[in-house]
Amino acid sequence: MKHLLEIGDLDRTELEGVLDTAEHFVEVTQREIAKVPALRGRTVATVFYEDSTRTRLSFEGAAKRLSADTLTFSLKASSVSKGESLRDTAKTIEAMGVDAMVVRHPSAGAPHRVASWVDAAVINAGDGWHEHPTQALVDVFTLRSHRGRGLDGLRVGIVGDVKHSRVARSNTLALALLGARVTLIAPPTLLPPSLEGWPVQVSHDLDAVLSELDVVYLLRIQRERISGRGPGELFPSLREYTARWGLTAERAARLAPDALVMHPGPMNRGVEIAHGIADGPASLVTEQVANGVAVRMAVLYRLLGGGGEPAGVPTE
Amino acid sequence: MTEIVLRGGRVVDETGERLADVRVVDGVIAEVGPGLSGGQEVDASGCLVTPGLVDLHAHLREPGMEEAETVETGARAAALGGYTAVVAMPNTEPALDSAALVGHVLALGAAAPCDVRVAGAITRGRAGSELAPLGEMYDLGVRIFTDDGDCVADPRVFRRALDYARALPGAVIADHCEEPSLVDGGLMNEGEWSSRLGVAGRPAVAEDVIVARDLALARATGGRLHLLHLSTADAIEAVRTARSAGIHVTAEATPHHLVLTDEACATWDPAFKVHPPLRTGTDVAALRQAVADGVVDAIATDHAPHPPEEKDQPFGEAPSGMLGLETALAVVLTELVAPGVLSMAAALDRLSTGPAKIAGLQQHGRPVAAGEPANLCCIDPDVAWEVDAAALASRARNTPWAGRKLNGKVRHTLLFGEPVVLDGEAQR
Repeated sequence: MKHLLEIGDLDRTELEGVLDTAEHFVEVTQREIAKVPALRGRTVATVFYEDSTRTRLSFEGAAKRLSADTLTFSLKASSVSKGESLRDTAKTIEAMGVDAMVVRHPSAGAPHRVASWVDAAVINAGDGWHEHPTQALVDVFTLRSHRGRGLDGLRVGIVGDVKHSRVARSNTLALALLGARVTLIAPPTLLPPSLEGWPVQVSHDLDAVLSELDVVYLLRIQRERISGRGPGELFPSLREYTARWGLTAERAARLAPDALVMHPGPMNRGVEIAHGIADGPASLVTEQVANGVAVRMAVLYRLLGGGGEPAGVPTE
Repeated sequence: MTEIVLRGGRVVDETGERLADVRVVDGVIAEVGPGLSGGQEVDASGCLVTPGLVDLHAHLREPGMEEAETVETGARAAALGGYTAVVAMPNTEPALDSAALVGHVLALGAAAPCDVRVAGAITRGRAGSELAPLGEMYDLGVRIFTDDGDCVADPRVFRRALDYARALPGAVIADHCEEPSLVDGGLMNEGEWSSRLGVAGRPAVAEDVIVARDLALARATGGRLHLLHLSTADAIEAVRTARSAGIHVTAEATPHHLVLTDEACATWDPAFKVHPPLRTGTDVAALRQAVADGVVDAIATDHAPHPPEEKDQPFGEAPSGMLGLETALAVVLTELVAPGVLSMAAALDRLSTGPAKIAGLQQHGRPVAAGEPANLCCIDPDVAWEVDAAALASRARNTPWAGRKLNGKVRHTLLFGEPVVLDGEAQR
């Protein structure tokens, strides 16, 4: 594995290998001095053309805990405002001696383009509506820690704006790779125009499938999708969305007793997820964030560490 | 007197095929028959000697975008591709919406190695609201009017243009059929691949609704309609029905829509980004059938150069459009003629005679016969070559065929008797 651009870059064995490595790094992050020298002398650059809180921080945290040096590129303080192209920016960053570039970009496929221009390993940290593979790895890792190694037969409902969600695309593929049964639940306007070839079932009626789900994965609703907010409008109102597709307290009460609730953040409390449910006992939201560092350590280690298990790497 | 004899070729035109030499005197075919000699003898052995090709749809980018292409470089690319006439599209900067601007491009074309004709804009500034002076441009020889690049969104304006142009014999109103509100922000065909790739789509129905609208307006006005670069199966079906109902409509298709599908966008290479977008295999099959049975009259390139720095971007940020003039013939021969989709005679009709008729060009697309203008192409059908973007004569490099192995190459092109391409080399 030279890059991690999309979940399709991994087969089941490789995906499980990343998760196994991440389990080791969870232990590392819990040590008193949570740092190993595995990537000492290596440099990881985060190149973000979009705002981010958790993804960027967890990548930088992951790199530092592996003793890699980090470089931070942020759009607002860069020469992009002077008209520098993505290609020139990527080449410039690479010329500073970078081993891996973590790229987030509003344009789908931009990390793939970067990978064709540079020799460094490229990790997709979210490209447009396309994919966000490390978020999916974090999510399946989090689920695995509750439901055991295999997710075979696990029934996962992904609810909301699937059409515009890179998290939904990556999660669908990662969950299916691990044997889970995914149902996409949304109004037709929030689903991709074609689901040809997707390993999923589809429902427009959350209430009809709610009780059959082991996991409810809620997606963030973006305000520009509401009617009257321009050409992107796809449903009449937030109120109507919440009434039909929101995980309200009433709906949560009808979930199976051990069902789990997930959300990639940032959440619109009261819209796609009720306030009390987001913080309730079924919610894995905080755990999803907490696992972000260990999983991203595993990705960096697998791409830059020369393979093999990091067993026995001493603390610094 | 200048005299050229094309020796040893097989003449192919609408009247059939025969082994024959062709004597050209002062720009006109003087004699076609066996055993001719004299003057400048040019070796056409192993070649097909055909009418020069005619492209209804080339963006030569001048004035205003000379970093991408000029009339000169575009015409040279055309000549190398076997074309003796090209129609330059009016979406330049400024748009070709007046006699003065049309005259400017015609003057640039006068010295070019290809007969450069101009399509005029339908509306002032291609803004889609006020009719441009169609009659003034018509008087300079313009026969095709289009706001190509953009659809004429306002049905009232499009109806007016179809109706008014009936006063201009031989003129045709041509539309880029994509309803703007349905393709707003879209980057590729909406469907299986756009859904997987998370890319905003340009749905087929955006083309279908405009084709349906334009056909209804053509029927209502009796005006002459040409549909540019059709790409969907349903649009083809609508045209088929309209033609049998007697509506005055012609249609073109591009080599890329006849061969490539939207799956190519999964490479994320903006060379495959084009409007209308590459569609599905079903659409490709329908388009091929329509070209074969003549529902599509012309294969047109939609040659759309962009400088490398603009295409070397993420897919979503690169401009749309692809080169075509230097590859169209070989793509048609390799992908359509060789597999038996299209006969050689039908291919030459769609690449030469058919488009010449639509554009009202009386000196191109003619039979290879005594007394006809010597606008000719010698094609070596057996040359296997690989498309090298860097070797193209176009100023731009955005070909979707880079690295593709094709069969058939132009050996010579004669423009009014002048060998503008000899042995595959441009002579000026």
